[in-house]
Order: sequence, then C-alpha cells, then structure tokens
Amino acid sequence: MITYVGKPVNRVDGVAKVTGKAKYAAEYKVPDLVHGWVISSEIAKGTITRIQTDEALQLPGVIQVFTHENRPDLAWFDLSYKDQDAPPGSPFRPLRDAEIKFSGQPIALVVAETLELARYAASLIRVEYEVENHETEFEAHLSRARDPKLGLASLLKPPPPKPRGNFDEAFAAAPVQVSGEYVHSAEHHNPMEMFASTVVYEKNDKLTIYDKTQGAQNSQLYVSQVFGLSFKDVRVISSYIGGAFGSGLRPQYQLFLAVLAARELRRSVRVSLTRQQMFTFGHRPVTIQDIKLGASEDGTITAIRHDAFAETSRFEDYTEIVVNWSGMLYPIPNSKLTYKLVPLDVFTPLDMRAPGGVTGVPALECAIDELAFKLGIDPVELRLKNYTDRDMDADLPYSSKELRECFRQGAERFGWANRNPQPRSTRRGHTLIGWGMATGIWDATQGPARAEAVLTVNGKLRVSSATADIGTGTYTIMTQIAADTLGMPIADVLFKLGDSDMPLAPIEGGSWTAATVGSAVKVACEELGKKLFKMARKMKNSPFARANLDDVLFADAHIRLKSDPSVAVSLREIVDQNGGHAVSETSTSTPNFLKLRKYARSAHSAAFVEVEVDEDFGTVRVTRAVTAVAGGRILNPKTARSQILGGMVWGISKALEEESVLDHQFGRFMNHSLAEYHVPVNADIQNLDVIFVDETDTIVNPLGVKGLGEIGIVAMPAAIANAVFHATGKRIRNLPITLDKLL
Amino acid sequence: MVSILGILTMQTTLSPESGVRPKNTLPEKNTVTLTINGSVHQLELAPWTTLLDALREYLHLTGTKKGCDHGQCGACTVLVDGKRINSCLTLAVMKQDTEILTIEGLAGENGLHPLQTAFIEHDAYQCGYCTPGQICSAVGMINEGHAKTTDDIRELMSGNICRCGAYPHIVDAIEEVMQLDSNA
Repeated sequence: MITYVGKPVNRVDGVAKVTGKAKYAAEYKVPDLVHGWVISSEIAKGTITRIQTDEALQLPGVIQVFTHENRPDLAWFDLSYKDQDAPPGSPFRPLRDAEIKFSGQPIALVVAETLELARYAASLIRVEYEVENHETEFEAHLSRARDPKLGLASLLKPPPPKPRGNFDEAFAAAPVQVSGEYVHSAEHHNPMEMFASTVVYEKNDKLTIYDKTQGAQNSQLYVSQVFGLSFKDVRVISSYIGGAFGSGLRPQYQLFLAVLAARELRRSVRVSLTRQQMFTFGHRPVTIQDIKLGASEDGTITAIRHDAFAETSRFEDYTEIVVNWSGMLYPIPNSKLTYKLVPLDVFTPLDMRAPGGVTGVPALECAIDELAFKLGIDPVELRLKNYTDRDMDADLPYSSKELRECFRQGAERFGWANRNPQPRSTRRGHTLIGWGMATGIWDATQGPARAEAVLTVNGKLRVSSATADIGTGTYTIMTQIAADTLGMPIADVLFKLGDSDMPLAPIEGGSWTAATVGSAVKVACEELGKKLFKMARKMKNSPFARANLDDVLFADAHIRLKSDPSVAVSLREIVDQNGGHAVSETSTSTPNFLKLRKYARSAHSAAFVEVEVDEDFGTVRVTRAVTAVAGGRILNPKTARSQILGGMVWGISKALEEESVLDHQFGRFMNHSLAEYHVPVNADIQNLDVIFVDETDTIVNPLGVKGLGEIGIVAMPAAIANAVFHATGKRIRNLPITLDKLL
Repeated sequence: MVSILGILTMQTTLSPESGVRPKNTLPEKNTVTLTINGSVHQLELAPWTTLLDALREYLHLTGTKKGCDHGQCGACTVLVDGKRINSCLTLAVMKQDTEILTIEGLAGENGLHPLQTAFIEHDAYQCGYCTPGQICSAVGMINEGHAKTTDDIRELMSGNICRCGAYPHIVDAIEEVMQLDSNA
C-alpha cells in the first residue's frame, strides 16, 4: 500500500504556481470593477483640517473620494474592530475622524474607473494638517517604559515568569560574568504580494471578498462586525497568498476601505496597496535587551537577568515573548526576567516570523557564546553542560527534545571539530573566516479546528478547512494526510482551503497549522471512514457483515479485511450504492489539554555558520550554514526543507541586512522600498544545508508534528553574530551587522 | 500643536509635470497592438499604462506579478523578443511590434517548459508569487548565455527577489535545466 506522509511529495499546487494560474487577491476578473487608491498621511501626528477633493472629482471617470468627512456610520465599540490577533487596546479605525496617529495613516480612498486614473486623481488631492509633535524615537523615551496591559492575547503570550532563586546574590557571587545590551531595528514583513482586496458586490447586498489574509474567517469576522453585516452575507476567499510571514494575521486597512467603498457605491471595488504603503502597518518592533549571565568556573550557569524594552503604538499593547526563553533552554537556578513597553506614535507592531523568539533567543545565544569564550569552553560543550530536559519556568518535562542530536549531527555535517577557538585565527585571502553556532527553540502548539471530508459521487475524496497556505505547503501536507487516512491515491484527493464558508479554522501562523488543521483533517477522514464502513456493512451481500471497524483497513481506495485483503469493497461502490449521493462528515479536533498540560512542548534547532568578513570593507557573507532541526515528525521532507531554508534566509537577512529606518524628523520609515529595505537576493545566499533529526513525539498532537514555519530562523542570527565575533574578535550586539559596525 | 504645516501635495508614484499637458485633462486613449504569447491583442490604452498593468488589468493575464511597481523586485519579469525585462518599467505603447512572452505562454503543446517542471521537482518556490518572474528571468538568463557556474546563476538571477527564501532550490532547478555540474 502506498503512503504519502513522510515522502517528498511535490506540491499539489505546483502546476498552478509555475504556470501563473494560481490567483491571488488582486487577480480575480470581476465585471464592472472599479479601483481604489489609498492616500496616506504625510505627518505622524496631528489633525486634518481640510481635504480638497474637487479637482480629483472633476475628472471624468473619478467616482468618489472617501474621507472621514463622508464615511458612513459604522460600529461604535472597539470590540467590533477586534480581530483574532488583536492585542489589548483600541484597534485603529481607518477614516474614523480627523486625527492622525502615525505616518502613512490611510486618510482617503480615491475610487475611479481605472487604476491609472485613481492613482492620478490621488495626486490632485490636497490635505491640510494641524501638526503636533510626534514621538517616534524609541531610545529617547525608554523612561516611559511600563508593563503591558493584559488581555485575551495574553493567554497565548504570557508575561515573563516570576523570578526564580535570587539573581542579585547569585550574579554577584558568580566568578565569571558577562553582560551586554542587544538592539535590533524595526523590520517589515514585505511579502512579495502587496496587500489587496477585491470586493465583489453581489445581488442582495452580499459581498464576496478576495482578500490577502492568513485567516479568511478572521477577515469575515472583522467585516461583519465593523459594517454590521450577517456572516452569511460576507464570504471571504483567499486561495493563494503571496507570502505573509505574520502580516496577514490581522485584517489590513485596504480590506476596510474596499468594503466601505463597495457598500457605498454598490459596486465591485479593488484596493491594492503600494510597496511604500506596505510600510504603514504592523512591523516587528524595535527592541532593546539587557542580558547578564553569571557562571561558575566549570561553566555551570548560575544566574540570568534578561530585561527587554519594546515599542508599541499609542492605541494597542502589542506584546511578544522575548525574555521567557532562558528558562526553557537552560537549567539556571536564579533568574529575573522583565518585559516592558514604550508607546510611540507608530502603528501597532505585528507578529512577524518567530515573533519574540527571534528577538530574545539570539540575544541570549550571543550572551552564551560570549560566556563560552570567556570560560574557554567550546560553545557546543557549554550548551551540553547546561542542557535541560525540563522547562524550568513551567517546571514541566519536554514531551520530546532531541536537541542533543541536533548539536551532534549539525556539528558533524559542518565540521565543527576542526574549529580553532581563537578569534581571527583563520584567513582566506583578504577575508577573515569565522565559525559560529547557536540554539533555536519555538513552541509546538495546537489549536482547535474543524474539517469536512467528502467522498464525491465519482469516488474522489474532497477535504476542506478554512485555513491558509502562505507558501508553507498546507495544501500538500493536508492532501497527504487525507490520502493516507482513507487509503486513497493522492491524485484522487483534493484539499481546499481559504474560504470562510469552509469548516472553522483559526488564523494560520505560529507554526501551529500542521498540528491544528492536520489533526482536524485526520479526524474528519477517520469519521468519514467509519461512516463508509457502516454503509459497506449494510450493502447487499456485504463481505463485512460480521466485521468490526478494527477488522478492516483502508487501502487503494478500498475497504479491505485485514485478515484477507482480497476481501474488499471499493469506496466508489459505496457511493454508487448510496443512490449516487456523496458521503460527507464534518469533525472537530481539539487538543487533549489534560494530557498536554503535563508537558512542555517545543521544536529545537542548532545552527552552524561560516562567515567571510572582508577586513578592508567590513562586508560579511555567510558562505555556508547547516541547521539541524528536531521538529517532530516530518510530513513532507521536500516542503519541510524549503520551510527551514526559508527560515535560514530570513536569519541571514535579520543578522546582516534588514532594518526599517525611521527619520524622527518626520516620524516615517524612510527606506520604504525593496531597493532600500534590504532583503537577501540570490547572490547573498550560498551553501545552506538542512538536517531533520529523528524525533518521535506521542504527546504533542495525534500527528506527532511540531510545525516548521518559525524554527528555521530562530538560531541563525546569533550563529552569524557569533561567527562574526570568531572571525573578527568584534562582538556586535546591534542587528543588522552592517559594514559600518565592523570598521 | 506647534504650527500649521500648510498645504502638502500627497506623495504618489506618478505626479503630473506641469507644462507636459494641460492641467487636469486626461491623456487620450489610442489603439495599442500587442503580440502576447503568439496572439495579437488590440487595446484602447492611454500612454501612461505600463505593460504590467496592460497584462494584468486589461488582458487579465495575471501570471505576471506586481511586487513593487518600481523595477526593484523582478516579479513582473516577461520576455520581449527573448530578452527579460521588468514589465512595470515599460509602457505598453512602447512594446508594439515585439513578441511578448509571459508565464502563461511558456508551456508548449507538449506540456510544461523544462524550467516549470524543474521548479516543481526542486520545490523552487513557496508562496509562488515571485515564481513566474523567476522562471521568465531564468529563460532570459539562459538565452543570454553568460551563466557558466553556480555563482554566475546566483549573480544573474539577483534581480528577482524571493522573500520566502527559495533561492537554493531555484538555483538547483536552473542548474538541472542547464545541465550544469552543480559542483562547478
């Protein structure tokens, strides 16, 4: 019997993607479509005193300009504007009033018959402001740092754990100490596809919305609540998403504006943002961290203090888990952890690939490297010496943790044993060579979800759930799981997602979709199997008349007797006997909280990196890197490898290239283009290798998977920074490590 | 509150040059004839319409992607007379009397283009949004004939950003089609 889970199956949406047939939110052909162009605030704080729209409106083909002055009445309460990923606070409402809260705030939407005309008309609109002083300079306002407000989101993002032991005493007594301040700039997700919504105005005021989102039902909820519409009148579809990396976890403002225009004009409307406008909503927050580590001479870490300060907006308290990781990675008896926010005149930050994890863990892992150097102990040895099979703060054992194996296999593949520990010890021509390594960790979580499985009239299996595939491979792995569960050839299985009409699924992010939706798909297919077996048993002259479910298996699109597989009924036959009607089953999968609460659950990784640093120019290149991942069961080694490689590229980007630069004179991100916001191009990426170590986990979820979207990025930035130290002897704690910091 | 900033003209990617044409009149539309994937299309277009917008908005050939509209990302790469160009930096009216090939025209009667097959086999994509541009760019790069080594491919494919970070697999796929020794 052929099985698919665990095999390097090609993406089932591959042909659609390589032929240009895959349709993204702005690409649906809609009759009588009109185009919206968003006008963005030039100032960061103040009040609009006047918007002159006459010139634009006089142009033939310009239909309307929507501003705060002519928008319809909408929902009153903050609650109506809260989406599934809304942090505590008062969500931003586009066109609410004349107040400007951040630079680039959408203040008007021009709607015209063509895209070009809308864009031109936008240039004719004149806005007058009363300007107020804005505060966007993070470091200048650290004194205003305060504890984050708590809310529903705090359940998924708990505040730092209480202190353990006595940090002050232990640190003071520690013979070996390191301390440092770590900084990284704001970063923007910049998926290749810009945010867009195509709102189709249907008969009876119903809306069908093609939206760029990581949760079709999240956008549906938002639109329904804000515009006071019934769920059944709002359908959101997001079959393909051109990358998101967290930016699609909240509905973005083009959705609001497109829906508003469509309802007011009773016409279909499309609104796409520009690349510049992709810098006017959520981003990874600038964060400053102080870390102090104390250790004994033999390398036992005895004390840690980790304090983080992050920015948020004036209206919402976005938080992430930055300082909680040390207790999950190291058995340090004395720890003190704090996390505070500084509200500024910027848009609310937003989850971006490994939010918090790739902020806090790299700082910690650089400090560990510094400690290893100071102690004269190999960085891998120091980590093995301080290894833990328990999460110290939760005081729970790990459901599985093959991090040791990651160290062993990663080091072997990389050739770590040949490392000369002395910085500046290796040269290649005019470049200095450095080798560094670091550990990565990310939560392995599971949420509740529903899925429907249907055996169609032509004997094929169709499975659906309202989740998303942002390039992660959801379509493919769900198809594999469904095919295996009911013993169907993969070509006869169709998995559909990204439609709010489908069974309930949470927003796709945080590396939890394989576990969450995968479990739902498995359960739905199992339930469908039970139903089909019952039907088969009732068929005339059924060979299963005396069999139980345990006596049969599903293989080759048949139900077969385990004891004699030649005794079989084809699934097609069952449908035919069902009066030609499809057979369907919708099921819910919920995590087994009683079992899960006894364990800590995480994916782990170890990254090994070689850098080449040009001594004269300060340029850094990652020439090769190996990441070994303990991520539970690997459903599809081909797409899994892509996920980890992508994460490694993001790690290189974070360590060496990416930063959004604010000009505080304007309170605006100035490098708001793909020419000036640097992300790796092909030539920046050299030889990357991925290892998946065997890891069996019977606790984490029924599939034994841990999710791979985040774990690939977490270890890389510190491994690179540590390699730069090894190459140059310079410890750079401010990311990205650009050449100016090395000269 | 400190000062009245005065009137600010909003930033746009296209601002009217005074004197180029009378203020607030719209450019006239003309018949533009484009040969795309072997088919001749006649469109009524104003001169300000880019080749990218002509493809996506007027011909609904949405395989060609818009990732920045500024020639910075390569997602809009198409082949004009066999050469790769950024269609967002090209006005449609300029490309009459040329042969335009987009991702939709790459597969032949006998199935997918070898690069399309190789991209699938090597998983040389994730979200798929940059993929048509990557493939068209790779066709153009192979036509140019300058890529001899893996590093050449990396350098010559650097006009096409893949934010998902599929570069290693993109290089593998192109190498396979070029039958380059991957250790070169």
